[in-house]
Amino acid sequence: MNHTSREKIVKVFLFLAAFTAVLSVILIAFFVFKEGMPIFITYGISEVIFGQNWNPTNQVYGILPMIIGTIFVTIFAIFIGAPMGISVAIFLAEISPQQISKIVRPAVELLAGIPSVIYGLFGMVIIRSILADISRGPLGEHLPASYQTGYSILGAGIILAIMILPTVINISEDAIRSVPKEYKEGALALGASKWQTIYNVILPAAKSGIATSVILGTGRALGETMAVIMIAGNTALIPEISWKGLFAPVRTLTGNIALEMGYAGPEHQQALFATGIVLFLFIMVLNVLTTLIAKRGFNRG
Amino acid sequence: MTKVEKQQAVAYGVLSFAAMLTVLILGLIVFYVLSKGLGMISIEFLLDKPKKMGSEGGIFPAIIGTIYLVFITMIVATPIGVGAAIYLNEYTKEGPITNTIRFATEALAGIPSIIFGLFGFAFFVILLKPITGGWSIISGALTGVTMILPTIVRSSEEALKAVPSILREGSLALGTTRWQTIKRVILPTAFPGILTGLILSIGRVIGETAAFLLTLGGSLLIPSSIFDGSRTLSLHLYMVAMETGAMDIAFGTGAVLIFLIIIINATSRFLLKKFIRKMS
Repeated sequence: MNHTSREKIVKVFLFLAAFTAVLSVILIAFFVFKEGMPIFITYGISEVIFGQNWNPTNQVYGILPMIIGTIFVTIFAIFIGAPMGISVAIFLAEISPQQISKIVRPAVELLAGIPSVIYGLFGMVIIRSILADISRGPLGEHLPASYQTGYSILGAGIILAIMILPTVINISEDAIRSVPKEYKEGALALGASKWQTIYNVILPAAKSGIATSVILGTGRALGETMAVIMIAGNTALIPEISWKGLFAPVRTLTGNIALEMGYAGPEHQQALFATGIVLFLFIMVLNVLTTLIAKRGFNRG
Repeated sequence: MTKVEKQQAVAYGVLSFAAMLTVLILGLIVFYVLSKGLGMISIEFLLDKPKKMGSEGGIFPAIIGTIYLVFITMIVATPIGVGAAIYLNEYTKEGPITNTIRFATEALAGIPSIIFGLFGFAFFVILLKPITGGWSIISGALTGVTMILPTIVRSSEEALKAVPSILREGSLALGTTRWQTIKRVILPTAFPGILTGLILSIGRVIGETAAFLLTLGGSLLIPSSIFDGSRTLSLHLYMVAMETGAMDIAFGTGAVLIFLIIIINATSRFLLKKFIRKMS
């Protein structure tokens, strides 16, 4: 075989390899939608999405409780994880002496590498029992019995907050580091203190990257399955909308799929794929947000 | 202390505290799981079959299942992922095609693992059952391939980008073809960087559970071929903790997992350092 034809074959193979990603995305979207759509068609989109009852044995497939569960758990995770992650990112990018970075950075990497079932196990044993003690003890009079197990939005939110830290930290740190040196030097030369420079110059300049890190963290929280199943309690009921709701056991969209796929009959399976479609849409909204932010950040830069 | 200095001290205090807390949380999780699980680990635990649905006995089938799955996934994903990176970085100019491929890679990276599981279930487990044997190592591995593809493509691309263009141009100027240059000059130089990405992907496969819950079948038997169902250590941990409540076995498995992840992270850090030194 001469060189030219070998070059051509190699190029075709490499193109096919590169195209695998495109093909995978198409196949994934196709199969999830193909399997999930029949439920929306049979029972109506609003019946499924706004239906408050999930009872597959009686062909009732309302996934609103799971949508609300997912949103609450995710919001709580972001509420704690985002400020903490951004703080660590600023610390690593601007303040930390090298010796300390040498401890913090591998720690963040390890956090990213720990399997989600380990977070789940830790949450299930430690965090759940602490929350159970609190909700049975000091809060015992205020909470209904079903909110006293420790399996709760709060527990899932705390574990997710830890799990999204690496995403938020890594991407925020990159964003902060990519702010041009001149900005920082200019501000310092004008007599601003280091913190004033960070707060008034560097952070605003890194805003879009930091926002992206939070959105990607949100995506991670929305999509996490195993750790959440192990600590959220998985009750397909809408939690009480007050502070008490924090102690309510909930089921997320991801959890719904993972918990029931093993024994679901044909229509029930379709309903779980429909749950997947809703999750897919959530992620797509986040992707669009990221793209918008990236564009805005780019125009300004 | 002036007001400005005070503000700075407070801010630095808060930021340092956040960093300390992060390290502390990691330490707490690792320490707790190891303290509960290390005592479980013994030769028997590692090499025995599970008894009573995994609530007693060892974890040998899960270890074999993990090795099988990692091996098959990497064998399929490596040529595809590295090939894609070579194509994107060495063979084409930026344009609509590369944009589409990059967009798809980013999109794949953002898809939750349970969605990969649904896809793998509908496609590999149900539709391709005559080929894959339904719930099986091959179904799990092919699902895993789509999951780790973005990691491999991205890290390989970065490694290829770091290869100085002088090497590329010098080799081509000697009259070699593009593929010869890639095979003999670029890939060997970028190798440690690419390997780093591959090792991190192994970590991802070991740690992943949701996608394999729907595709691997969770069998407790030692698989005799890649068309048999199986379970990984992560899946075993989940099933044991949730279905049997045998927390000691779960923690023992967790300790093994933590060891694996620490080894993987240390190896990839070591390789990355070597790569950076080589490039500078």
